[in-house]
Amino acid sequence: MWGIIRQKVAAGGGSPVARIRPVVSNLRNYSSAVKQMMVREALNSALDEEMSADPKVFLMGEEVGEYQGAYKISKGLLEKYGPERVLDTPITEAGFTGIGVGAAYYGLKPVVEFMTFNFSMQAIDHIINSAAKSNYMSSGQISVPIVFRGPNGAAAGVGAQHSHCYAAWYASVPGLKVLSPYSSEDARGLLKAAIRDPDPVVFLENELLYGESFPVSAEVLDSSFCLPIGKAKIEREGKDVTITAFSKIVGLSLKAAEILAKEGISAEVINLRSIRPLDRSTINASVRKTNRLVTVEEGFPQHGVGAEICASVIEESFGYLDAPVERIAGADVPMPYAANLERMAVPQVLCFLYDSSIDGCYKFLVY
Amino acid sequence: MATAYSSAKFVQPLSLNSTINGRSRDNSLFDPLKTGTSFLGSTRKLRVNSVHSNQGNVRRRLPVVAVSEVVKEKKVKSISNLLITKQEGLELYEDMILGRSFEDMCAQMYYRGKMFGFVHLYNGQEAVSTGFIKLLKKEDSVVSTYRDHVHALSKGVPARAVMSELFGKATGCCRGQGGSMHMFSKEHNLLGGFAFIGEGIPVATGAAFTSKYRREVLKEADCDHVTLAFFGDGTCNNGQFFECLNMAALWKLPIVFVVENNLWAIGMSHLRATSDPQIYKKGPAFGMPGFHVDGMDVLKVREVAKEAIERARRGEGPTLVECETYRFRGHSLADPDELRDPAEKARYAARDPITALKKYLIESSLASEAELKAIEKKIDEVVEDAVEFADESAPPPRSQLLENVFADPKGFGIGPDGRYRCEDPKFTEGTAHV
Repeated sequence: MWGIIRQKVAAGGGSPVARIRPVVSNLRNYSSAVKQMMVREALNSALDEEMSADPKVFLMGEEVGEYQGAYKISKGLLEKYGPERVLDTPITEAGFTGIGVGAAYYGLKPVVEFMTFNFSMQAIDHIINSAAKSNYMSSGQISVPIVFRGPNGAAAGVGAQHSHCYAAWYASVPGLKVLSPYSSEDARGLLKAAIRDPDPVVFLENELLYGESFPVSAEVLDSSFCLPIGKAKIEREGKDVTITAFSKIVGLSLKAAEILAKEGISAEVINLRSIRPLDRSTINASVRKTNRLVTVEEGFPQHGVGAEICASVIEESFGYLDAPVERIAGADVPMPYAANLERMAVPQVLCFLYDSSIDGCYKFLVY
Repeated sequence: MATAYSSAKFVQPLSLNSTINGRSRDNSLFDPLKTGTSFLGSTRKLRVNSVHSNQGNVRRRLPVVAVSEVVKEKKVKSISNLLITKQEGLELYEDMILGRSFEDMCAQMYYRGKMFGFVHLYNGQEAVSTGFIKLLKKEDSVVSTYRDHVHALSKGVPARAVMSELFGKATGCCRGQGGSMHMFSKEHNLLGGFAFIGEGIPVATGAAFTSKYRREVLKEADCDHVTLAFFGDGTCNNGQFFECLNMAALWKLPIVFVVENNLWAIGMSHLRATSDPQIYKKGPAFGMPGFHVDGMDVLKVREVAKEAIERARRGEGPTLVECETYRFRGHSLADPDELRDPAEKARYAARDPITALKKYLIESSLASEAELKAIEKKIDEVVEDAVEFADESAPPPRSQLLENVFADPKGFGIGPDGRYRCEDPKFTEGTAHV
């Protein structure tokens, strides 16, 4: 579904709908930027600290050991902790995920890495049936303190089977906690919280964010730094429209907010951080302030994260809405390979698209 | 019972010597639990006289008696008749050169930015693809993994179509929607092209099932299509592999499971990931013969392939063939390839299948140097032409983004005439009375 932003634009002072401007790259406005840290380093340091703090934490997955991690997230961990705690597995997702869940039943704290979350489909029976439902089925006797992590969503030119976003899939399951960090601070804090959490956590990273650097304060670098699960962060305050996003899309939303600011529209950008449990109170409070909502995500539109947010806002803040809620999501097709088609299949900042399948009407995309 | 079967009749063209060489560097990388194994693919074994015996193997070591353990080198009687005719030899050579040149060109194009995403190259493994696929008919199916460019070329997909697909152009075999890892061709019965390890094996088993079904249930008596499933050593630890071995043997499906054992799954050595690294042994456990063949030697592969494919065509069931091969490049073009021992790479480079075949053809006077050079030149031109064609082709139009999601795009159960199918009185013909 392509989002239409024209109603929101009208609120800002009646400027015309056409938004065919080139993308302007803007600096993010973070105050008190002390040190720059890559998301990759953030995840690596979080794993390192949690593994050294608790000997029950271990890492397993394909290529996490000698290869230093398929995306170099677990670099150096094999040398530090040895092959008993950093396990290179054969290519058996169903098998090693099951082994991880079993270990978690008996009190260990596995961190299971999927090379990408696409491969978790081979193991999804264990994630959902063995891990998510166990605490409930055993009436509280068995808790499963496991973390499933790995890159999620689209990368660049990797085709349909490597670009699926699983946020909505896992977030629909009771018994799972689903987190999706954006910045290095998010990555560190949420991964540490996930490892310490006594419940199964699905930790959705993003391959394209691994190499991005973000400023981190001294507080974030502290080894006991943790972010609460279930709280969203308001990345940018605004008063005209609320934009919710998670993972890489937060970056695009911030860029779009800058562009909207030049039009005189002040957008509030919410970084969801936690998809399940969804921080409904923050979202609703924001919508009650701005009176408009746009949800953005990279995954497929039907039954997506945006659908849940829109439903939640309509249920709880209907009276406050000045315009229908809008969802912006990836195209409702498996990810094509050709570069130009791939660009059209994910939200982009400011592109103008002619959608031929829907009555030939023009849809303007702010993303 | 099945072991005897595998040992008695068929080809086991092994000639690898098993001299253990000191491997000080390897020790630090691999688990020391394989000291007793005689697995020939092990990095610990150094081939004695690798260059010399390569050529000798091709000509002289015809299998007379085969055994399923692979410890000793068999001294085989030399046989005077040659294994292939001149025409076959040139065809094999041309196919392997096409595979190699194409993949080298892919690497160049990737580094120039024309290709993107994941590209997995097949350099070094050409003997397996050529040895097997050149024995197939057009109606036989091939199912592959992400390392599928050369399988596509061997099966007959034009180089232009494959190169355009890699560039993401609308003239590619999947119109740019699939990419490097998802090559499909209905015309050539290439069923993909799967990114997930082990995903293609059940699909191949299904294709074989269809062939059997058509013959027995639909009574198409001449349907003897065979399916080949290609996959790697890492896949042999995956549950889907074992499930399919079981069902294929149970139902006697016309399929050949071809393991391209190149010893490495990205950075994971086969020995570190597998409790029993001798993959061919897993065939008899399920009731089918298992063979191990030198995958760097196209003639040996061809011998084994012939038997396996004929067996499937006769309706005798599946076969598991393990080809010991090697990939000269990294897992993909994004792989730094740091974990593989350069000595190991050099050993296998010396067993390059193309050089071996060239030597054989020249020494057995099947072809002259000039003819082979002519083939190489021709292939160079084919590959250059493919690149030009791909370059000049247009990218897919915007309207293509939403196409082909469904075969029945208008919705559920609407026929080509626009009306609901269930309103058509012929809709329930052939079904049980409702």
